[in-house]
Amino acid sequence: MAEFLNNLVFGVYPYIALSVLAIGSIVRYDREPYSWRAGSSQLLRRRQLMVGSLLFHLGVLLIFAGHFVGLLTPIALFDALGVSHGAKQFLAIIAGGVAGAFAFVGASMLLHRRLFDPRIRRNSSFSDIAILLMLWLQLVLGLATIFVSLDHLDGHEMVKFMSWAQGIFTFEADASAYVLDVHPIFKAHLFLGLTILLVFPFTRLVHMLSAPVRYIWRPGYQIVRSKKALS
Amino acid sequence: MKVRAQIGKVLNLDKCIGCHTCSVTCKNVWTSREGMEYAWFNNVETKPGIGYPKDWENQNRWNGGWERVRNGRIRPRMGGKWRVLAKIFANPDLPEIDDYYEPFTFDYEHLQNAPEMNAMPTARPRSLISGERMEKIEWGPNWEEILGGEFSKRSNDSNFEGIQKEMYGEFENTFMMYLPRLCEHCLNPTCVAACPSGSIYKREEDGIVLIDQEKCRGWRMCVSGCPYKKIYYNWNSGKSEKCTFCYPRIEAGQPTVCSETCVGRIRYLGVMLYDADRIDEAASVEDEQDLYQAQLDIFLDPNDPEVIEQARKDGVPEAWLESARKSPVYKMAMEWKVAFPLHPEYRTLPMVWYVPPLSPINAAASAGQLDIIDGMPDVRSLRIPLRYLANLLTAGKEEPVALCLERMMAMRSYMRAKTIDGVIATDVAERIGLKPAQIDEMYHVMAIANYEDRFVIPTSHREEAEDAFDERGSCGFSFGNGCSGGSSEPNLFGTPKKKRIQTPTEMF
Repeated sequence: MAEFLNNLVFGVYPYIALSVLAIGSIVRYDREPYSWRAGSSQLLRRRQLMVGSLLFHLGVLLIFAGHFVGLLTPIALFDALGVSHGAKQFLAIIAGGVAGAFAFVGASMLLHRRLFDPRIRRNSSFSDIAILLMLWLQLVLGLATIFVSLDHLDGHEMVKFMSWAQGIFTFEADASAYVLDVHPIFKAHLFLGLTILLVFPFTRLVHMLSAPVRYIWRPGYQIVRSKKALS
Repeated sequence: MKVRAQIGKVLNLDKCIGCHTCSVTCKNVWTSREGMEYAWFNNVETKPGIGYPKDWENQNRWNGGWERVRNGRIRPRMGGKWRVLAKIFANPDLPEIDDYYEPFTFDYEHLQNAPEMNAMPTARPRSLISGERMEKIEWGPNWEEILGGEFSKRSNDSNFEGIQKEMYGEFENTFMMYLPRLCEHCLNPTCVAACPSGSIYKREEDGIVLIDQEKCRGWRMCVSGCPYKKIYYNWNSGKSEKCTFCYPRIEAGQPTVCSETCVGRIRYLGVMLYDADRIDEAASVEDEQDLYQAQLDIFLDPNDPEVIEQARKDGVPEAWLESARKSPVYKMAMEWKVAFPLHPEYRTLPMVWYVPPLSPINAAASAGQLDIIDGMPDVRSLRIPLRYLANLLTAGKEEPVALCLERMMAMRSYMRAKTIDGVIATDVAERIGLKPAQIDEMYHVMAIANYEDRFVIPTSHREEAEDAFDERGSCGFSFGNGCSGGSSEPNLFGTPKKKRIQTPTEMF
C-alpha cells in the first residue's frame, strides 16, 4: 500500500502536475492575455513591500536556480568535475539556507501584508492568498529539511532526489522508488512543490514566464509600430 | 531626413476658465471603471500648486524623464536598462495611490435605510480600495482648486525655482492660472523606453503613444519613467493605462473628447511634420534651455517642396500633407511662436503645447510704477511672474515667453485700433515682428477659434493597412481579451471577486 501511494504521488503525480503546468500556461497565454501580469500591489501599499518583495524575489530566484542545477545536473557530471556528494550537500545547505532565510523573511512580510492590510486583502483573489500561503509553507518545509540533512552530510540522501528528478524527466519507469524511504519532511516538500507546479497556470506565478530579460538586448529605447509594416 | 507626421495639440491657457469639462468628459468615456477611479487621463490643475499626483514636477523625487550623461547621450533618469530591471521587484520611484488620492464614494444607502433618529442621516465617505470607512478625506484629484490650501504647501511647486516666492503668498501679490494636463504623446517618450515588456509604442502614422494591453505585464516602470505622471497603474487589472488621444475618434477625423467638449475653445489639434532622424539629436542638446529651440528645429515646414517630396517618399498620405499646411498647431508653434512645450527640460520632446496666459498687471505696477511701452504694459509687470511661466514652458528661458506675451498683447492692441479706431496699426505689428495679415489670422484662430480652425484632422487610412473584410463582426475597442472584457465569471484564472459598492445611480 505504502509503495502504491508512493508511486502515485512521486511517480504519476509529477507527470500530471507538469502536464497541467505546460498546457495550462499555453492556454492561458493564448486565451487570456489580459490576465497575464505580475499583479503588483505596490501602488496600493508601499509599506512592507519594498523590503519584503526584494528579499522574497532574490531568495526565491537563488533557490530556484539551486534546485534546477542541483536536481537536474547529471550525477556523472558532478563526478567528472570532482565535486563530491558531501561537498555538494554542504554547498546546498549553506547557499540554500541563506537564500531560504531571505525568502522566508520576505514571504512572511508579504503574507502579513496581504492578510492584514485591508487594502491588499480586499483586492486579493483566492489564488493570490492561496499561492502565497503555499509558497510560505514550502519555504518552511524547505528550511526544515536542513535539520534532517545535517544528519547525513555525506550527501547520499541528496543523490536519491537527483536520481528521482532526473528519472522523472527521462521517463524512468520506477523513479518513485528512489524516494520511498526518505524522511517525511522531504516527502511533504516534494508533494507541495509538485502541487505548486500544478496550480501554477491558475495563479499570478505565470509572470515569471514573462521575465523581461529581452529588454536588455532590445535595440535602443524607442518602439514605433507601423500599420503598414504589418500588412 | 525621415518625415513623420503626428497629430499635435495646443492648449491656449489664456482662455482656460478651469471648468473641468475636459476632465469630466474624459473620465466618463475612459476611466470610470474599477481600478481606474483615481486616474484622470486629463486633469486641470490650479497653479501654483504641487499638482496631481503630489509634486509630480519634482524629478529629484520621482526620477521621471531623461537625463544627459557625460558622453553626451541621454538615458532615462530612473536609470539605464539594468537599473530599470533592478527596480522590478520593488520600485522606489513609484508613487503610492495616496500621492494621487484614495478613491472614495459615499454611503448613499444610509440615506434610505437609516432608522428614525434625532439627527439627519448623512452619507459618509468610504474607500473604494479597501471598502473601509474614511473618517476624513484629506486629498483629492484637485485639492488645490483656485488656490485652495496654505501657500506654504502650494509653494512647494517646482516652478518657483529661481523666484523669491515669499511675496506671492501675500494676498495683494497672489496669482493663479489653470493648467489642463494630459499625455504629451512625446517624440521621445520615457515611458516607452522604460517598459521592460516592450508593450508601449508610438504609432508611426499619427504619433499616438499607446499601451498594448495584451503585452503589458504590469512591471509599472512606465509610471516612473513618465515625468508628467500620465501613465496610471490599474490596480484592478494589474496593467498600466494611459490617455489614448481618443485614437478611435482621431482616426475618423474627429477631435479628442477633451478637445471637442472644451467650452472655452482653448484646444487645437493639427498635423505636425517632423524629422524622425533628428529626434535623438534634439533630445540630447547640452543646455536644457536650448531644448525648446531644438524641438522647433526638427519640425518641418509643410510648404517646403523638398519636405513634401520626402514626406511622399516616406508614405505620408496626401491628405495629411494638406492638413499640415492648414495646421493651427504649426501656426502657433512655428509661425507665431506663441505655443511652448510643457517642461522641455525633461527631454521627452512633448507634443501637447501651451500658450501661456496673460494676467492683470501686478500690485506694484498698478500703484503707479507702470512701465508702458507704446501703450502696452511691460510683460514683466504682469501678475504671473515671467520666470514662473518660463520654468513651466521653456526650462527657465524668459525671452521666448516674453515675446509671446508681447505678441498676444499686441494682437489686442492691433485689433482694438482696427475695430474701434478703424486704423491699421502697422507700427504695433512691426514692433513684434509680425505682418498685419498674420495678426489678423492669429486673431481669427486664437480669439474667434472656429471649430474648423481649431481642429484640422485628416482621417487615417486603415484601408491601406488592413482588410476590412477580416474586421467584420469584430468588437472594435476593447480591453485585452478580444471581445471578452478580460474576466469571465466564474474565472479559473482568478481575478478577485468582491462585493461591489453601490453607486447612486444603482441605488435610485
